Parts: sequence; structure tokens; C-alpha cells
Amino acid sequence: MTAPPTALSVRGLSKNFGALVVAQAIDLDLAPGARVALIGPNGAGKTTFVNLLTGFLEPDSGTIAVAGETLIGLRPEQRVKRGLVRTHQISTLLFDNTARENVAIAVAEREGFAWRMMRFGKEWRACCEEAQGRLEEMEIGAAADRRVSELPYGEQRLIEIAIALSLRPRVLLLDEPAAGVPSHETELIHQALDRLPEGIAILIIEHDMDVVFRFAQEIVVLVQGRILVRGTPAAVSADPGVRAVYLGKTAV
Amino acid sequence: MIRRRTGPGLAAIGHALPWAIVIIYFYAAPDHLGFGTQVIIWILFAMSLDLALGYAGILTLGQAGFFGLGAYAAGLFAIDVSPDPLLGHLAAVAIAASFGAVTGAMILHTSGVTLLMLTLAIVSVLSEYANQARSLTGGDDGLQGIKLDPIFGMFEFNIFGKTAYVYAALVLFAWFLVAWRLVRSPFGRSLDGIRQNPRRMRAIGTPVWWRLVAIYTISAAMAGSAGALSAHATRFVGLSVLSLLTSGIVTVALILGGTRRIYGAFLGATIYFVVQDYSAKISPFFWEFVVGGMLILTVLLLDGGLLDLGPAALRLRDRWRGAEKDRE
Repeated sequence: MTAPPTALSVRGLSKNFGALVVAQAIDLDLAPGARVALIGPNGAGKTTFVNLLTGFLEPDSGTIAVAGETLIGLRPEQRVKRGLVRTHQISTLLFDNTARENVAIAVAEREGFAWRMMRFGKEWRACCEEAQGRLEEMEIGAAADRRVSELPYGEQRLIEIAIALSLRPRVLLLDEPAAGVPSHETELIHQALDRLPEGIAILIIEHDMDVVFRFAQEIVVLVQGRILVRGTPAAVSADPGVRAVYLGKTAV
Repeated sequence: MIRRRTGPGLAAIGHALPWAIVIIYFYAAPDHLGFGTQVIIWILFAMSLDLALGYAGILTLGQAGFFGLGAYAAGLFAIDVSPDPLLGHLAAVAIAASFGAVTGAMILHTSGVTLLMLTLAIVSVLSEYANQARSLTGGDDGLQGIKLDPIFGMFEFNIFGKTAYVYAALVLFAWFLVAWRLVRSPFGRSLDGIRQNPRRMRAIGTPVWWRLVAIYTISAAMAGSAGALSAHATRFVGLSVLSLLTSGIVTVALILGGTRRIYGAFLGATIYFVVQDYSAKISPFFWEFVVGGMLILTVLLLDGGLLDLGPAALRLRDRWRGAEKDRE
């Protein structure tokens, strides 16, 4: 019997800042098409974990692989090329540019056109066309020509997702995709999350339990840099350890 | 980049105007071609800074280093290697570009004030070296005795400066075409992204450092080209080409005219030297006051430098008309 192929495989990932343990022997596998939520109280190490995965921090020990290819030692931009893509908690778009340009620049980068200095007309038009399509997938095609800084926050979040998808990820880290979005726009984000391509393994880092329970097939609870429990939403919400952490009881 | 929509006619006039002025000046002011050549050289120099500082957001005060290196390289090439001006020009561009690539690779992982100080340090080292190496550069006496063959064996550099003017104008035009295309290319757009948010660009897989080294090298080549023109046009290279003041002047000229517009360099360098020329006749100190005042007003009132003066006036007019309508 062969093991099912994993999109993301993390083994024994550890990181200390001096005496402070921020990641402690974390093991995490995501199958292609997985929908997993990473939750945990403030300071549990969620952001550190994302930074370790994306390469903004180097782990002290442990391995990270995407589709069997190791990412250890690669710079963040190289990891993107290997299929590990993230969205940001706070909008980090190019605010002076239009929505379409924001996506087209990412497409150009993916296709290796971004070094083109002189002959580029046809390629750039192709990038813009694909960008338009990506925005339409997010149902914000009408906003393509508008400057990102003028768009409502919810639409900016959707552009962020459109950019991430245009990079053709194998593994997508969604860092609080609904954070800061006013309530009348959250439904848009929910629908967009539901429509994400099935083959991509997705790890969503989220505080909003509505989003978590609606989106995730499985939940991973991170506490003090280690994985406390992994299970279905029902199992996790019934787990006494998780309840203790979230409700502040001194149990366990 | 979003640009205000202008009619195709207006855009064509906008493109034709600067070059028409370059041509008309040649016939209208045959006695002042030296001044015109100097302005053209500084337009090119400011344009080189626009690529690095304006488009890519590389905070630098080291641009004089490339200009001076180009000037000394062109001068020494003419004296020691060959009096062919075009060969000398190419050599100067190659040397400035190489220096840009090497120093850029060393410093462009930093940003902000750190980067500013490193560029400052590099140009200071160059300047001090040129000052000390008297046998090579002539030290503070400057590099003298540059003799050039006629361009293509036909057009001789003479005291009237016709050849130098046309030569400089053609070189400017060639670089202008490169810059105009470059900033609209996917490469140029990725630089614009890096200027706005390097972290975002890394998140889409952009090798930020490589891109910056590339544009820094191109910018250095262009500045070196301007330096070579300067050495050829005046047949002299003074230590001041490597001074911090030279970096400062080109920055002031660019900001006056407007960054990230290409034509901002044209307007800024022209205004800077015309104002300098006129007000220096009134008093040697007065012109710095005038230029300083203009710079302050430009930065305070106009987002896009003096090039934004026209659109800003239109906005004022629209607002004025709007106010009139409200009263009716």
C-alpha cells in the first residue's frame, strides 16, 4: 500500500527565540484538497508558524516539504515558485495600481515575463487577460480598472485571494481572510472561500469561528508553539483540553 | 499606474514639445550651445536617477559616483587608449555599469537610511580616491588634455559646440527610448511594485534583490553615459563631478521636475540651469535662494513636481467653475 501523496508535509518543526519556545516539534500533513483551519489563542505561535513555512524565519530544526520537495534553505520568493503561497492578514496590495494590474503583475512573475524590459506587448496583454479572468472568478471583474486604494476593504481581500490563486499554488495559507471586513461584506468572502479550486490544499488561520466551522473539514489547535489537538470541528469543539485553553479554566 | 486621460492630440504635443525645443534651440541659440549641451547632459543624468530613485524607490545619494566615473573613464580613455569618442563612450558606460552592478549587489539588501548612508560612503570613497590619485586624475587640478577624433571621422568637436550638442541630444534620445519602454515593461511594473511594497512582491515570488541590482546597473550605465558626454563636451573633468553636491543637484532637479514621469527630468534639469544662469547674473547667492524656494513650493504644493503644474491649474479652474455653478 502506498501512502497518499501529501501537498504539505511538516516534520518536527522547532524554533526558539532564546529561552522562548515558539514552535515545538510541529508535525502537520495536508493532503491535496485539504481544508484545514489553524486556530489558537493569541501568542500561540500561529504567525511564527506561517513565517517558518513561508521562509521569513528559518527553523532551528525540522523539515518542510511541498509535494515531496523540501523548502528548507529556500528564500520566501523561491518557496512561492515551489507552490507555497500565502495571503496576508492586512492588505498588502499595490495601492497605486489598478486591481487588474495587481493580479497581472503576479501572473507575469509566475510566467517569468517579469524580467522582460523591451519586447513584452503580447505577453503583458495575456497577463492582463488572465488577471481579468481571475478577478471575475472572485466576482469583482467590474472593479478591474479601479485603483485598489479606492476599493472597499472586502474587495481588496478578494483581490488578495485572486493574486494568490494566479500563482497556481499547491498549498495556500490564508491568513485571516475575513479580518477587518465589515459585516455586510463578509458573505462575499465566505462565498469566495467556498469557490476555491478543489485541488489546492488550504490552511486557513482564523479567529472568526463562523468562518472556521463553515469552511474547515478539520481543525488544528496550536497552543504555546505545539499542536494540542487535530480533529473534525465537532471533535475539537467537544475536546476538554481545547475548552480549557479557550475558556481559561486551569484544567488538564 | 493610473494616468489622467488626455486626448491623443494633447499627448502627441506633450511628446513633441521637448524634442522640438531641443531642435529649435540648436538653430535659435548657436552662441549658447555649450549651455544647451550642459542642460541635455543633466537631463540624462536626472533621468538615470529617476529610474533608480523614482521608479524603483532606491534611496541614493551616490548617483554622482556613476556620473563622475563615466566622466573620468571617458577622459582617460581618450588620453591613454584611443581618441575615438564613441569607443570611449561605450567604455565609460561599461565601467559605470559594472561599478553599479558590483556596488549595487553589495548594498541593495538594505533600504532606507542605511542604504542612503552606504551610497554616500561609496561616492565619498570614489571622490577621495580621485583626489589622491593625482598622477591618474590630475587631482584637484582636474583631468586635462583630452583630445577627441571627429565622430565617424566627420564631425569635429569644436569651440562652437555644434557637434557636442547634436551628439548629446542623440544620446539623450536613445536613452529616452530605452527608459520610456523600460518603465512600461513587466520589469518596470515589478520595480513599481517593489517601490510600493517589497514584502508583497516577495510574496508573489519576485527576486527583489536581483531586480534592484538590475535597475541600479542600468541607472549607473545611464549616469555614466551622461558623465562621458560631459567629459567629451568640455574636454575636461573636474573633481566636482564626484562631489556630494553633484548628487544633490541632480536630485533637486529631478524632484523639481517630477519623479516617475521621464519628462520630469527634462523639465527639472532645464529649469534648474536656466534659473541658475539668470539669477546668478543678478547675484551669485541669489540663485540658490530662488532654486531653494522653488523646491520648497514644489514639494509642498505639487505631488508630481512642476510637470504637475498644468493639471493642477486645470483642477483649480474646475473647482472655480464648480463654485460658480453652486452660486447660480
